[in-house]
Amino acid sequence: MNDQQIIKIDFLSKRKLALVLSAVLLIVSIGSLATQGLKKGIDFTGGTLVELSFEEPVKLESLRGLLRSANFEGAVVQHFGSSKEVLIRLLPSEALNTAALSNKVLDLVNAEFSQPSELRRAEFVGPQVGEELTEDGGLALLYALICILIYVTFRFEYRFALGSVAALGHDVIITLGVFSVFQFEFDLTVLAAILAVIGYSLNDTIVVFDRVRENFRKLRNCTPTEVVNISLNQTLTRTIMTSVTTLLVLLALFLLGGEIIHDFALALIIGVLVGTYSSVYVASPITLALGISKADLVIVKVDQDELDKIP
Amino acid sequence: MMNHFPVWKNLLIALTLVVAAIYALPNLYGDDPSVQISPLRGAVINSSLLADVNQQLAAEHIKVLKDELSEQQILLRFDNTADQLQAADIIKASLAKNYVVALNLAPATPQWLRSLNASPMYLGLDLRGGVHFLLEVDMEAAEKQAVNRHASDIRQFLRENKLRYLSVLIRDNNISIKFRNQDIHDQALEQLTRQFRNWEFNAGDSSSNSPVLIASMTANELKEVRKYALQQNIITLKNRVNELGVAEPVIQQQGDNRIVVELPGVQDTARAKEILGATATLEYHLVDVEHSAASAQAGRVPLGSKLYPRRDGGVALLKKQIIVTGNEIIGASSGIEGDTGSAMVSVTLDGPGGKKMSNITRNNVGKPMAVVFIEHRTETKIVDGKKVRYKTIVEEVINVATIRGHFSNRFQTTGLDNSAEARDLALLLRAGALAAPIDIVEERTVGPSLGKDNIEMGFNSVLIGFALVLVFMVLYYKTFGLFADIALATNLVFIIAVLSLLQATLTLPGIAGIVLTVGMAVDANVLIFERIKEELRNGNSPQASIAAGYEKAFSTIADANVTTLIAAVILFGFGTGPIKGFAITLSIGILTSMFTAIVGTRALVNLTYGQRQIDTLKI
Repeated sequence: MNDQQIIKIDFLSKRKLALVLSAVLLIVSIGSLATQGLKKGIDFTGGTLVELSFEEPVKLESLRGLLRSANFEGAVVQHFGSSKEVLIRLLPSEALNTAALSNKVLDLVNAEFSQPSELRRAEFVGPQVGEELTEDGGLALLYALICILIYVTFRFEYRFALGSVAALGHDVIITLGVFSVFQFEFDLTVLAAILAVIGYSLNDTIVVFDRVRENFRKLRNCTPTEVVNISLNQTLTRTIMTSVTTLLVLLALFLLGGEIIHDFALALIIGVLVGTYSSVYVASPITLALGISKADLVIVKVDQDELDKIP
Repeated sequence: MMNHFPVWKNLLIALTLVVAAIYALPNLYGDDPSVQISPLRGAVINSSLLADVNQQLAAEHIKVLKDELSEQQILLRFDNTADQLQAADIIKASLAKNYVVALNLAPATPQWLRSLNASPMYLGLDLRGGVHFLLEVDMEAAEKQAVNRHASDIRQFLRENKLRYLSVLIRDNNISIKFRNQDIHDQALEQLTRQFRNWEFNAGDSSSNSPVLIASMTANELKEVRKYALQQNIITLKNRVNELGVAEPVIQQQGDNRIVVELPGVQDTARAKEILGATATLEYHLVDVEHSAASAQAGRVPLGSKLYPRRDGGVALLKKQIIVTGNEIIGASSGIEGDTGSAMVSVTLDGPGGKKMSNITRNNVGKPMAVVFIEHRTETKIVDGKKVRYKTIVEEVINVATIRGHFSNRFQTTGLDNSAEARDLALLLRAGALAAPIDIVEERTVGPSLGKDNIEMGFNSVLIGFALVLVFMVLYYKTFGLFADIALATNLVFIIAVLSLLQATLTLPGIAGIVLTVGMAVDANVLIFERIKEELRNGNSPQASIAAGYEKAFSTIADANVTTLIAAVILFGFGTGPIKGFAITLSIGILTSMFTAIVGTRALVNLTYGQRQIDTLKI
């Protein structure tokens, strides 16, 4: 057996350790999500956001004072990107939550503040739109998982499908967990990134499974654990290569893409790292634990021949 | 010999590449600052107008780079923004009444490319700056209005047909009609059913002495009312946006009750909101001349009448019955009356509106009629930690005029103080020509400086990310890495070509999608190359390894990409604006990368290594 010479790392011998690691990460993530939740952006909470740029660096305290004196209670004022740019956030509040609010803030700052500003961005999201987005976002995640479950069951076998969906859930929860623990802002673009993470992590898992399936048919004298281990090793270079190229461009986005795209890139970077790990240590061990064996893939083999004719 | 593509296949790949390059090309030419002139209300665009404009600009020594005349508009291109702004001011001064004069950045695509229908990508608001509004039509109000209108119509019908009723009341969007006896009830049921086909009439609670008919809208009619409310709002918004002078506004239906308005380049959001957001309707009422407004103010408001404040101060006592509402107004324009030279507003009603007006004016010549302007505002308050939306309605009498004669769907309101007042009234009447109030539920404004920064940063991150991947691939896979790099560059051209062809909107997340695609596109090549390496390790010949590598990797690549595509399609289905942009570029990137990474690199490999004896592969 030529392939057995390639085994360099016995991945699965460390699966207990991985199990502990994953369990800890999941518990921390779920715990944080349950207790402090996500720091939702105005896309989901509703509210008003105004980004202003000034010619000189701005002292936030004086701007806060100005807003407070004009009865914009609870306005969150922070620098955005540089000390010359300021982000003002107003959550939906009593009688103030109208689309005209951003103009009022702009007028106030231009009339009263020590230096003139330029409007970079203004956003207003009505509370009902925010609620819908939260709902739609959850649904989109759910639909994505279900569709993928169906596709993988159809292409492989239900145990593979469960393994890959478990890995996806793992990745999504941990990525969300990181956003919750560090209270990074969770907005629409981050949600898009989470969905892209699903696509990416799955991509990784499928490549491994594809090999597992092929090897089950080829290596007749190996135990399922050995087959999975060989497959993981065979696909290891590819897994690393693709993760590295993807991370390279994501780093470019993270560092150069600007503030708006910053969190989006961050979510993807976390997702790619966790996704790479999970395709090795979550998807495959779960599929094994569910008792995948050669016998299960005999039927699949018939399917496979038919499916290969489909371009 | 293996690893050889037939000539036609190579030619086909080359041809696809040429086509893609052509359609991606327009993006390399920049924009010209330009002024766009389009007609308002029946004004015409022709060569004499163009000549006129050119003459005016020449007189001010402004150089027009190029002028283009089409049926819908005149486009004037300028060298720089200073010329553009100056020219716009000059043109506005002379044409503003009948034309929309808007600043624009027109793509400087050469004629030969335009004749092939090639145009640059459409940039989203986050890249070019502008305002995005999401407006929601208040369907409850639309239904209520429809019910009110019908209650009025039913009363009139019953009166005309001598079917005496005790009362016609509105209860929860149903109309309950009370009769003195069963006989009239039955007659009315029969005749009403015949007359109002879109309504259902059912006998109500029969236990009391006076029999009741309950009228309700059919499900179909309800759907029509909602559809109509939305469509009329869209049309009215289009007219209002014209007044803003925006070059390429987008006004689109979203879902059952929402409208998206995108105004690229608009910076004055306060004014845009005033014009779009001041949602209003209006109603014509007869003035109650039998009772005095003063006694009504003291608390004795007669039945069937209501007290309204007047815009110019004071109050007016009007009959509750609505003659026509704003959504029966087709047009309103100000002008000068021929005989007296005084300012006036001419109003045009639609068919049913005209009929109602005719019925009222026939019997009320010499009596005063009032126009009530109704503004709807929405505010959200937090009560006990819950969001509650409050609706406030402001009603004002904007005009009272005496009915001089019997008229129907065309009439003039005269006796206005001056032409400014006439213009205001006409504007209010037009603004009131809305079927239902609308609320702004989402706003996104991007200033021009941020738009410019976004393009720059997006472009830079694509460039740097792309360069990093190129270098990495060549270092690791050598000659084959170069093939993958060429495929990657081609893929970028393909993505841009497809985006340009579809005229899909490129947004900042869209650029992120492209960057991500660049990272993931090499995945297919990595899979293939790793397979080839494996085959070589297994002792196969280079030629056989190449063939086997491509063949064996294919199903893996397909599976992996289909699953990513599923996620992208779901994103597209659920996403709004910017998210859609990301989903689009990601989907396109996945599809084009399959072509370039599999077929494209194979062609290169075949051309380099095919049909000859080789001992080693640089991989």
